[in-house]
Amino acid sequence: MSTQNVLFDAPGPRGRRTIMIGNVVGVLVVLGILAIVVRGFAENGQFAADLWTPFLHADAWTNFLLPGLLNTLKAAAISIVLALAFGLVFGLGRLASSRTVRWVSSVVVEFFRAVPVLLMMIFFFYLFAVYNVFQSEYVPLAAVVVSLMLYNGAVVAELVRSGVHGLPRGQREAALAVGLSSGQSLRTVEVPQALSAMLPALLSQLVVVLKDSALGYVIGYLELLQQARHLGAADGNILQSLLVAAVIFIIVNYLLTVVAGRVRRRRRPAGGGQGAIAVTTAVATDVGVTPITGLGEGGRI
Amino acid sequence: MSQSDGFVSQFADLFDQYDVIGAFWVNIQLTLWSALFALILGTILALFRISPIPSLRWAGTSYVNIFRNTPLTIIMAFLTLGVWAQLHVTLSSDFNKNFFRLAVVGLSVYTASFVCESIRSGVNTVPIGQAEAARSIGLSFLPAARLIILPQAFRGAIAPLGSTLIALTKNSTVASVVGVATETSSLLKTMIEFNSSLMVAIFLTFALGYVILVIPVGLATTSLSRRLAVKR
Repeated sequence: MSTQNVLFDAPGPRGRRTIMIGNVVGVLVVLGILAIVVRGFAENGQFAADLWTPFLHADAWTNFLLPGLLNTLKAAAISIVLALAFGLVFGLGRLASSRTVRWVSSVVVEFFRAVPVLLMMIFFFYLFAVYNVFQSEYVPLAAVVVSLMLYNGAVVAELVRSGVHGLPRGQREAALAVGLSSGQSLRTVEVPQALSAMLPALLSQLVVVLKDSALGYVIGYLELLQQARHLGAADGNILQSLLVAAVIFIIVNYLLTVVAGRVRRRRRPAGGGQGAIAVTTAVATDVGVTPITGLGEGGRI
Repeated sequence: MSQSDGFVSQFADLFDQYDVIGAFWVNIQLTLWSALFALILGTILALFRISPIPSLRWAGTSYVNIFRNTPLTIIMAFLTLGVWAQLHVTLSSDFNKNFFRLAVVGLSVYTASFVCESIRSGVNTVPIGQAEAARSIGLSFLPAARLIILPQAFRGAIAPLGSTLIALTKNSTVASVVGVATETSSLLKTMIEFNSSLMVAIFLTFALGYVILVIPVGLATTSLSRRLAVKR
């Protein structure tokens, strides 16, 4: 925000004129791009009313889009809860005093951060299907949830670790001084603080989970994208239904981003002490985290 | 003994039968092309977002908000089911090349929004004094951005750009949704389907491939960002 006021002066008469010209040119370019898209749609008859009216009828929503959205939200909700548990276990593991535990946790975390979620989904889908791990109707959901749990759990583990590292050293020293063991200090003093500091980052991660749940489309999970495709196949308006699905995703994710931003901002002044601020920035900025293998934030996209 | 022999030889046969390295090469190509276009588009968008012109700022912000919040899978499905099948946009007369290029378009368009945000976070690392000094010696917005702000911003943005590149590498598997049938996720699916008894070994091979691909990128960008960090 501050950058915008800093990069250029308050414009004088000539500056204002240049900005106005630039403004007009900018608007024209954007309109031009839109016009090309609109012409493409029009030439292929994609504006025909009967392609769009199905979305005004209730059954498009009750039969396809809403159940799809529900499945997407269901998969995302289960995944983020399991990912939090997974991340806590392995985040604590990476902070453990035993070298073996630390090493094993590191390998697990770095492995699942490096493997594409889509590959995991395909693998778990066939694994669960061939070995009858779940009832067949639950296999796609299970594959989606397990893959998302493993990847996002690994990310959460990094958040826990960097959150604990971002705490002031006095916290641990004080805990040890009152006679807590190293593990007790971690569990009762450090991790709770790190957890509350990583809430905004966790909400941002939920956006990633929601978006990645759309990969379930590939293995036949009936989430929003898949349902939109079915709807499009039924009404012959695939392009329109994909657009509607995209808009639903954008709205949900945008709202989540806004909430995450609000939580982040609210935490900053409320944190009071220096420590809390340091934690928030250590966890929340997109730049700060550099784990040992140098994966950065592992591409939280 | 004979059983493990059988496993090893079966596993070795798989590599004769399927071109695993070739599949990874397709993903690497997808990644490199998309990285190039996403970097160009993302830098332009970042310039838009910090420019004094309101309409461009608005365009940049809307672009980022739209594409950062859309699942890549939808973009890819839209490209093949909507743009190609319905709007009849083809990027090459060759069937496979067309899908490859559509995938590059999808990956670039999606990744550009993250590149834009990375560069913007890089711009935020540049101290205010730098911009003020640039202005005080009479540079206007574009020269100040080109000569003073962006060079420092890129150096500050290497770490998040590295994360974006890693994510792009992994996201290149979603090209299978467009119809690129030769990349790793499609090959993994085929290999598991026809050799389900070896599926764990097959999966671990592919997973290891990505670990090998991704970790050097992470190490390189971390050390680069440390070395190139502007000393302040």
